[in-house]
Amino acid sequence: MSVEVLTYIIVGITFAAYIYIGYLNRVGTTSGFYVAGHGVPAIANGAATAADWMSAASFISMAGLISFLGYNGTFYLMGWTGGYVLLALLLAPYLRKFGKYTVPDFVGDRYYSNTARVVAAICAIFVSLTYVAGQMRGVGIVFSRFLGLPIGWGVVVGMVIVSFFAVLGGMKGITWTQVAQYSVLICAYLIPAVAIAWIVTGNPIPQLALTFSDIVPKLNQLQADLGLIEYAKPFQGKGMLDVFMITVALMIGTAGLPHIIVRFYTVPSVRAARYSAGWALLFIALLYTTAPAIAVFAKYNLINELNGKTPAQVQELDWVQKWEETKLLKFDDVNGDGVLNMTGEADTNEITIDRDIIVLSTPEVAKLSPIVIALVAAGGLAAALSTAAGLLLVISSSLAHDIYYRLINPNANEARRLLIGRIMIFVAVMFAGYFGIKPPGFVAQVVAFAFGLAAASFFPVIILGIFDKRMNKEGAIVGMILGMGFTMFYIIGNRFAGMDPWFFNVSAEGIGTFGAVINFVACFVVSRLTPPPPPEIQELVESVRIPRGSGVAIEHY
Amino acid sequence: MADEPQVNPSKGDGVAYWKANLRLIIILLIIWAAVSYGAAIFLANPFYNIKFFQINLAFWFAHQGSMIVFVILIFVYAKMMDKIDRDYDVHE
Repeated sequence: MSVEVLTYIIVGITFAAYIYIGYLNRVGTTSGFYVAGHGVPAIANGAATAADWMSAASFISMAGLISFLGYNGTFYLMGWTGGYVLLALLLAPYLRKFGKYTVPDFVGDRYYSNTARVVAAICAIFVSLTYVAGQMRGVGIVFSRFLGLPIGWGVVVGMVIVSFFAVLGGMKGITWTQVAQYSVLICAYLIPAVAIAWIVTGNPIPQLALTFSDIVPKLNQLQADLGLIEYAKPFQGKGMLDVFMITVALMIGTAGLPHIIVRFYTVPSVRAARYSAGWALLFIALLYTTAPAIAVFAKYNLINELNGKTPAQVQELDWVQKWEETKLLKFDDVNGDGVLNMTGEADTNEITIDRDIIVLSTPEVAKLSPIVIALVAAGGLAAALSTAAGLLLVISSSLAHDIYYRLINPNANEARRLLIGRIMIFVAVMFAGYFGIKPPGFVAQVVAFAFGLAAASFFPVIILGIFDKRMNKEGAIVGMILGMGFTMFYIIGNRFAGMDPWFFNVSAEGIGTFGAVINFVACFVVSRLTPPPPPEIQELVESVRIPRGSGVAIEHY
Repeated sequence: MADEPQVNPSKGDGVAYWKANLRLIIILLIIWAAVSYGAAIFLANPFYNIKFFQINLAFWFAHQGSMIVFVILIFVYAKMMDKIDRDYDVHE
């Protein structure tokens, strides 16, 4: 059976499973729709959070990015995991005790202000919408790479699947499909990783092979000989301060992303919220500690197989032809000496490897059965769909719950609110699909945007809302607007308008750190110059600090 | 961590409970910063010269160790808060 047919079968089976799970978990209440009735067990919420968190980019591109960044790749590894410690210690338990539906719910109630609520809802929509466009694009790209379907049609298939379980099941449907999607994506990631670890180092456990075999010194030497960066040496390319700034911005951005925060409303208790963050990071770390190992093994293997060979020898490798066709692998014997050489200089380099190939080609390079190749396709789709679903729910809840119900029509009955929620999620799918088919130029820059804005807007006001009883609405509103305004201005100016970087050449990805500091300082100064919050708000803060009274789960599964 | 567990949480217990919680958070966040910003970034150059099995210590922290410590920190927090919640009688 051809790889393509197998891929259709495996992808078809997983999609059927997602639809079935979505159908089983359809909901009839707004509580079920927005927070799965606060009834998701800690470990299941951990798996769902991990799937929510790991996007098509984590699955397909991250190991490749790291293999080209070397040591500095740490800002992705630590930046996209370290935020969970902040979430577990500083946010999740208290937001669960607060116990409503959305992040703007907390901001609006804690700061007793509908202005704060609207600002928060707009931030949530903006962050999630920029992020989700990239996810739908990811679905299209996986379809086109593995099945030769045009990207546009791939996006449409993704839209149909997501809207089915999201519209019908809301948070409950999304949660349980995400648990299934996590299982698919982690198997798809680990099987090729174990195989390539075994082939390259003789140790099947990637994490152990990285530390205890001599593969890293070998790759380091190989890269140094070719004039590439020394792989394990710190701060080549970006300096120490820049790496620090990016790491901080990604960590606090992670802890401020609304689609991750709302996951902690879905568990039954404060205690479950704490453990659930631990499970989430454990599940994430399973992939995130494997990625740097794949990066090393695959890079070493590719250089070894390709460098110094003649073009004819290279063509004898069957996977080479396939990836050459997709233009992810390019050969050009620039100096005409009949041998392909990899170098660190653009004008003499003769082998060009796209970063995505590091993960995507691993099953073939490791000579695994075509079933594994099909599984990797299904894994990439699972990663993209699960993240898209979580983001779509945030967009829908911001529009239907925070803006429509809380502001426009507080008298709406349960049935009407649920209907509006379903309509809004469908509208969000359409928007996301449109941007997936016709991506605006900024999609590649979206990561810097989404994380920078989350770091600069939500993180400071939520933390202060819990840990500083004196924090008031004036401080929070000014803080959010200044933090977000500064970050937006800097990223747009630096990335699109050719503005020179400020502050010792900090990259756009790291600017959220400054945005957050500005937000914190503005909150503090403004709140001290204006009246303290009313007594009932101070009582609210005291109550979110104490676990008891979080309320029992509304629904049990 | 509690010296005298209380049966009825009054406002005073809430304050003591919150202090115990803050103390634990600060200790764990110091470790969190030490393994990430410390070992993998600000001390990366000195740690680059220390060998950890086949790789250098800075690289191990940057690409493996810090993430493993993060996972442990969260479970330690959850476990210790279980006890603190009970000691101050504020558990669910």
